[in-house]
Amino acid sequence: WRVWASPSPGPVPHPLLPAGRARPSHSEPRGRDGRGGEEENEEEKEEGWHQLYPGHIPTSPLQKALLAAGSAVMALYDPYRHDMVAVLGETTGCLALPNLRDKMKNHPEGYHILQERPRIRLSTLDMARLQGLPDGSLGREYVRFLEDNKVSPDTRMPPKFVDDEELAYVIQRYREVHDLMHTLLGMPTNMLGEVVVKWFEAVQTGLPMCVLGAAFGPVRLSTRKLQVLATELVPWAIQSGLNASCVLNVYYEQRWEQPVESLREELGIFPPP
Amino acid sequence: VRLCRCRCRTLLFRPAGRLRARRDLAAGPEMHFGFQTVTEEERREKIYQVFETVAKKYDVMNDSMTLGIHRVWKDILMHKMNPSPGTLLLDVAGGTGDIAFRFLNYVRSVRERQLQRKLKHHQNLSWQEIFESYQKDKFNSLGDSQVVICDINREMLKVGKQKAQHLGYSEGLSWVLGNAEELPFDNDKFDIYTIAFGIRNVTRIDLALQEAYRVLKPGGRFLCLEFSHVSNPLLSRLYDLYSFQVIPVLGEVIAGDWKSYQYLVESIRRFPPQEELKAMIEDAGFFKVDYENLNFGIVAIHSGFKL
Repeated sequence: WRVWASPSPGPVPHPLLPAGRARPSHSEPRGRDGRGGEEENEEEKEEGWHQLYPGHIPTSPLQKALLAAGSAVMALYDPYRHDMVAVLGETTGCLALPNLRDKMKNHPEGYHILQERPRIRLSTLDMARLQGLPDGSLGREYVRFLEDNKVSPDTRMPPKFVDDEELAYVIQRYREVHDLMHTLLGMPTNMLGEVVVKWFEAVQTGLPMCVLGAAFGPVRLSTRKLQVLATELVPWAIQSGLNASCVLNVYYEQRWEQPVESLREELGIFPPP
Repeated sequence: VRLCRCRCRTLLFRPAGRLRARRDLAAGPEMHFGFQTVTEEERREKIYQVFETVAKKYDVMNDSMTLGIHRVWKDILMHKMNPSPGTLLLDVAGGTGDIAFRFLNYVRSVRERQLQRKLKHHQNLSWQEIFESYQKDKFNSLGDSQVVICDINREMLKVGKQKAQHLGYSEGLSWVLGNAEELPFDNDKFDIYTIAFGIRNVTRIDLALQEAYRVLKPGGRFLCLEFSHVSNPLLSRLYDLYSFQVIPVLGEVIAGDWKSYQYLVESIRRFPPQEELKAMIEDAGFFKVDYENLNFGIVAIHSGFKL
């Protein structure tokens, strides 16, 4: 009945995990007394698992599938579970995220962003300076948006289930830029506004989470709003999304002074209805 | 000697959150936290944090992880215990009160049957006498049975108290904040000591067992319900698959907390198997130590007597 009488000689590839990627430590249980860490397994036991970035939790394909399904159901059941939407995005983004990353790499400004990895957080933003900017500029309008809707850029979930450190940054950037999307599109953070932004993002990024959000979000809207959505807002969002260049390729932190109108024109977003 | 080293460790306590896996740096007795290696103090701290985080969703998660079967396990424990009215029970790591509530229900129903039998025998009494005896016993529906729920974690006790209020348990129970390794009770006090799904989280199991022995009356019974080891190889593989693949996902989706449930499944693998736990219980001085496997060893009930 002694299941782990002797420690395994080396990392044993877990049958369900992709080889060569981060592996959770459960693939090799340690000796029961917890003492005597074998040298060759010392590195693996570092943080308990192979973390590619802080907050990373390596997962097997089966776990990702279960997470995707579970988070989709939970997000629909309880719309206040923003963490579930985030998890859904991470677990389903395996095709779209590399695509986005490549788009960024091939664009000079996007490449710049990938190199410098700027973060939009209250600690990195100079709120006083942004508030002092003239009306109509990106910085001023962004701060106005945050204040009007009582949101903060710090509430974005850090990525946990993305198994590539650069892609984790890409999805983090996407989340932090989301509020700027609201500003550029002129949409508030109510259900209707969020759905419109999701449509735009779905076309722009191709993330399955955005597509699902765009498709299922309207379920909770009233018929009158649905009408407005279908006739005016969604077509506009789709057209703008298709016409605009990749929104992740804009180094927003260097463009606070730029007027929103001019940035819209530059990107190719049509004026909001 | 080990106790001395523990004391020294607490003086050199490092801030929580930093794991110390390197053996050359680790200066205290190394312990396991799931599959990680930590010092004793860190282990206590981390476990406290785990239960602090999961307290509110503890019951929901139990139901979803075990598909409700944990209720059956606890019912079986209660039947094995078969408490009679007048019993004083100590439920350690009793947190959200599952065992305590079952105990109260059990003694209440036993008491009711006792009263009914008594009334049946009083067929030849006058109405007045029956009425009086009924009055006397009515306020003693528990028959002086009492349960003390002891837990180290404030959040778990809080949830337990709220639950008790919600379910209408007002008498016969008291809530005490305490550490299983150092119980705040006198010697020879309790008739029965239970610890359900708690001993796995105790850092020094031997101390907890010694304390259990100390606070039990002579003739008292020790009962431990805990996850244990599955010997059947096929079932073991399925169980591992379910544990490691599904349970952390459930934790993330339902409670928004992957890591606590990863800890849970790892700590189950770390816990001593049935025979070893039996030996530890015997070492603490208990007699007639035995265990009963439930569900092929997924869970086991260990029992011992202080004689």
